[in-house]
Amino acid sequence: MALPQMTTEEDPKPVMQPIAVTAIAREPGAVVQMPGDGGISAIRRHLTERGSGAVADRIFMGLMLACALSIFAIVLFILTVLVIRSKLSLAQFGFGFFVSSAWDPVSGDFGALPFIFGTLMTSFLALAMAVPLALGVAIFLSELCPERLRAPISFVTELLAAIPSVVYGLWAFFVLVPIMRDQLGPWLYKYFGWTKLFDGYNFGVGLLTASIILAIMILPIISSITRDIMLAVPTSQREAVLALGATRWEMVRTGVLRNARIGIVGAVILGLGRALGETMAVTMVIGNHAEIAKSLFAPGNTLASVIATEFSEATGDLYLSSLVEIGLALFIVTVVVNAIARGLVWAVTRGTPSRAH
Amino acid sequence: MSANPLYTPPPVRGEGPLHAPLNMNSKWIRLNRARRHAVNHGVTFLAILSTVLVIAPLVAILVYLLYMGASSLNLAFFTKIPAPVGMPGGGMANAIVGSGIILAVASAMGIPVGIAAGVYLAEFGRGKLLAGTVRFTADVLNGVPSIVMGIAAWVVLVDRRGFSALAGSVALAIMMVPMIARTTEEMLATVPHAIREAALGLGVPKWRTVLSVSLKTASPGIITGCMLAFARVAGETAPLLFTALGNQFWSFKLNQPIAALPLQIYVYAISPYDEWHRLAWAGSLVLIVMIMVAVTLVRIYAARGVMKGAS
Repeated sequence: MALPQMTTEEDPKPVMQPIAVTAIAREPGAVVQMPGDGGISAIRRHLTERGSGAVADRIFMGLMLACALSIFAIVLFILTVLVIRSKLSLAQFGFGFFVSSAWDPVSGDFGALPFIFGTLMTSFLALAMAVPLALGVAIFLSELCPERLRAPISFVTELLAAIPSVVYGLWAFFVLVPIMRDQLGPWLYKYFGWTKLFDGYNFGVGLLTASIILAIMILPIISSITRDIMLAVPTSQREAVLALGATRWEMVRTGVLRNARIGIVGAVILGLGRALGETMAVTMVIGNHAEIAKSLFAPGNTLASVIATEFSEATGDLYLSSLVEIGLALFIVTVVVNAIARGLVWAVTRGTPSRAH
Repeated sequence: MSANPLYTPPPVRGEGPLHAPLNMNSKWIRLNRARRHAVNHGVTFLAILSTVLVIAPLVAILVYLLYMGASSLNLAFFTKIPAPVGMPGGGMANAIVGSGIILAVASAMGIPVGIAAGVYLAEFGRGKLLAGTVRFTADVLNGVPSIVMGIAAWVVLVDRRGFSALAGSVALAIMMVPMIARTTEEMLATVPHAIREAALGLGVPKWRTVLSVSLKTASPGIITGCMLAFARVAGETAPLLFTALGNQFWSFKLNQPIAALPLQIYVYAISPYDEWHRLAWAGSLVLIVMIMVAVTLVRIYAARGVMKGAS
């Protein structure tokens, strides 16, 4: 009888061998024959016949592997169903879908350009507001913060990263929009009106309001990942720079930021990915109007929010298919953006213990 | 020259030998030192300022939400279904139950698969290319907007059969798998190797070792990780918009449209009625408290490590 293979090919460590040895040691009357000698001892045979668990092990590992592979399956599944369901609009409009600014459900003419514009505009404005602040917070948390403050502050940031989008939307709808309409908006127009960015009627809802709530929402995630990356920079780097007589800022700049820059870029791109796909809060304050406006006060729409507002009311196959195609574009863009960001973050934090965010 | 803050231009040394001690009080050095310290203090100030600028409004948002929610919450919120437009009172009982049903079904699908995937990553896949790819894919999938999951579930389950609670559950389950896989893996990674080896050394097969030693040791962390994933998807609105759709009445059927808390918050928030706004605030409070509890527990277990958490 052939010995069942004790170790799987993937696992080079022979986990079963110590068992045989202990068994032999426990039963002194048995013929002691070490595994690998060629023969099979009585004990070894007994253990084999009793069932070593190797079969069960294989089944178990297969099950776990199947579940792990289901993550690939999910990605493929999403991609496939989206492509199949958007076939109609893919065939009808082709690539022109993404450069056409028509959005006319009545005559059946669809183009995603206004939404692409809205998504990019709000995301980049949000990044422009959030990144400097997030960097400041990360520097404070990783380099300057007294030990006692560190835990509560990072707890608050974690908590805020977990608050649902719709709750931020609720807050923005009832607090941010009136502030924007009555205080911040007129102030911006008064002092920065010459830039022509703040022309037009200020409803309180619009691209700028959406960008502000987006910035608030992506701040916690960018700052906490940046902090983790900066903490991953070895202390010896800091000490080396300090030993040369650098001030603390010089230490941070040359010792920490320069080493962590790739990871920080990754964190920013992760924030971008979050901003691109953010749905509910943006939907509630952006005004939902498909146009490419020059003014930041003008209502707009994003890829995600047009799906959120129009999908359940869309009639007609082409309309639905166009919305699915927008979803497909959103999926592909966020996958690419996240893959780049994760790659960069991993390149920096590899080797340091990871934490759940 | 200004590119490198550590570079100090050579001071005037007079006629002395090259290794003569620097005159640390020369004008050049003093000016440069003053500039460098000024920049240092300036940046420190900016970092503290930005932290205050970020933390203060964020805390204000949190406190405002808690305040508005607490002042709007009452017993009727948990026991009544929505009142008709214009009528006072009413609650979100059907939405809470509906969310419960959707989440229970989603958890039944997502949690086992997620934990199993995490077990593979931590116990079988260490250092393998396949596991690395799965991990990477899970992270990327975590960043995909939830509304995309909603569309996928819509295409498969709603397009021909109509809106249903099940479709909402599937969309949420898809979101849970990668989240739970990653936390499970991280929690399993904190289990010391020695106790696995002890079990294997006693002749326990690998599968028993994983189930009764690794998973059991890490169970507090894994359970709270599942709670966190649960709390996250409990607040998801976008994937439910066109799957579960929402319902003003009681519904317990998986193949019918069903009410859900976040959906109800969204619908009430954008409605023009004050009474509904109040309910939206109360609903947000319920969601936030749930998430706060989950985040706090995860943090406690992550901080003290799973070994101390195990009985």
